[in-house]
Amino acid sequence: MQKSNLNLKVLWLLVVILVLLILFPAFLPRFYTYILAVIFVTALLAMSLNMVVGHGGLFQFHHGVFYGVGAYAFALMLTKTGLPMWLCFILSPLVAAAVGFLIGWFCVRLTSLYFGMLQISLGSLIWAIAFRWYDLTHGDDGIHGVPIPDWASSTSGAYYFILFFLVLCLIAMYIIHRSPFGMTLQAIRDNPARCSAVGINVRRHQIMAIVIATFFAGVAGVLFVVLEKSVFPDLLFWVLSLEIFIMCLLGGWFTFAGPIVGAAITVALRTFVGIYTEYWTLILGVLLILLIFFLPEGAMGFFVQKFEKSRDKEAALAREQHAES
Amino acid sequence: MVSDLGALGSQFFVGLSRAMILFVVCSGLSFVLGVLRVPNIAHGSLYMIGAFSAYSITKLVAGPAGFWLALILAPLVVALVSLVAERALFCHLYQREHLMLLLFTFALSLILGDLVKIVWGAEYKSIMAPDVFNGSVSLLGASIPRYNFFLLVVGPLVAVALWLFTNKTKMGKIARAAAVDREMVGAVGINVSWVFAFAFVLGCFLAGLGGALVAPTVSITLGMDHNLIIEAFLIVTIGGLGNMWGAMVGSLIFGLTQAFGVLFWPQFAIVFPYMAVVIVLIWRPRGMLKSVW
Repeated sequence: MQKSNLNLKVLWLLVVILVLLILFPAFLPRFYTYILAVIFVTALLAMSLNMVVGHGGLFQFHHGVFYGVGAYAFALMLTKTGLPMWLCFILSPLVAAAVGFLIGWFCVRLTSLYFGMLQISLGSLIWAIAFRWYDLTHGDDGIHGVPIPDWASSTSGAYYFILFFLVLCLIAMYIIHRSPFGMTLQAIRDNPARCSAVGINVRRHQIMAIVIATFFAGVAGVLFVVLEKSVFPDLLFWVLSLEIFIMCLLGGWFTFAGPIVGAAITVALRTFVGIYTEYWTLILGVLLILLIFFLPEGAMGFFVQKFEKSRDKEAALAREQHAES
Repeated sequence: MVSDLGALGSQFFVGLSRAMILFVVCSGLSFVLGVLRVPNIAHGSLYMIGAFSAYSITKLVAGPAGFWLALILAPLVVALVSLVAERALFCHLYQREHLMLLLFTFALSLILGDLVKIVWGAEYKSIMAPDVFNGSVSLLGASIPRYNFFLLVVGPLVAVALWLFTNKTKMGKIARAAAVDREMVGAVGINVSWVFAFAFVLGCFLAGLGGALVAPTVSITLGMDHNLIIEAFLIVTIGGLGNMWGAMVGSLIFGLTQAFGVLFWPQFAIVFPYMAVVIVLIWRPRGMLKSVW
């Protein structure tokens, strides 16, 4: 009974947040709308990474590649082919997922650090090709002025477009997270040997997780293009991958919504500290060290822990009262 | 496509000298990996600091003496930086989860990267090798710049020195023992924390040496850390984590495929080394040589 009450409360909170987010562009200056949209895209990317890192326990070191592949696929399809936008929108994440399957297929045969290293080298291969294939991708310059239809190209149009798909993806992710598949994945993270002993095909689950996560990363890539109307090779570079890894840690990677918090913190830091000083990575580094020392569970993990503690106390109190009576 | 053998030969030596610089840096990374079990992302930043301090030292001391002084002092500067970072922060984290250590080194690389920007600014820097290295040496029908020849000598020297250190000295043996079984080393009364500090500083010293060695051959810029560290990680992985000779093999594979790639298909030259890494990892996932893990 208490649990369902709680869920109802959380649901109401989410609805209020959603309504606020829908109303924001009417009040906020355009710059803030844009920043919020950037946070949405980054949050979706971090969430997709956390599906494999936090819940799957895989060392997905080069997740940014799939984001970049989604973005490049979308931009190339729009500029080079005459396909309608909605078709490009569906196809691009599928391309990212296909690349994810290919890379994942090689990677899941290895474990921990070797998994990560193989992924970095395969990802760097894609980065190098995009960087050098000047005729197709314009190399270092990237592709600018991707033709996005008018209704989605204004800042507030892009904002609503991104918000809609963010909410859709988050709901899908939550369903996957709570599904038998998601539960199995978390079990594999905690004890792969035992899982395979009870007859779970560990590798197949891991590949599935990678494909799903890369699909969502591809969606994030597409949304990035909708917002920025350009792509460049830095999207595929490994520094970005590490950055989103950091976001998962910042937010708390054993929680569902943690990466959103991490993404918001990182983007806000980059934007607002970036106004005052060019040394924002220095501040991010210091913040990160503080976090590692004092909040190893991440910001969200910290609050969840506190929350659960207070709930435990309440339950204990209730039990005592019950015993007394 | 390749018309004359001379181009092939000189390209071979270009790749070889590049491999030697990579080896000096990667042996340090591999050493830290072997003893501390931490992929040190800040290694690239320390390499960058090595190159920048070499620049500053040659500015302070003019003439060829400056270069030689830089070759000695720049790695020491880097070692000092790493010692401070290790004793002040890193040594408190050894009990933590692996990923936390990785993220700490990433945070360190962010901080060091910005510190370099604060101290040296964002402009390109370059230093000249002393006059001794002007001109070129003819070797096996190919002419190679003297500085590259110097690198071909330094690389193996570092390898031998490192081998002697880890196999013939007490400290090196303790470090190797700590790599295999750190609890046992602690149990026989050795202060493991200081062994780790020593290994970390030695590894970073090598990063600084690599930075000082590469300084005359490239333009010294911010961002040189990012390009290097990813290559260094891949080299160490394909060689076998923590294995010094593995770092040598990996560096040779990486340097040579890149050099020959330039010859065969210049546009996609940077693709070749990554391709080689993929092939090696699929063929031998644990690296070419035995890893200490």
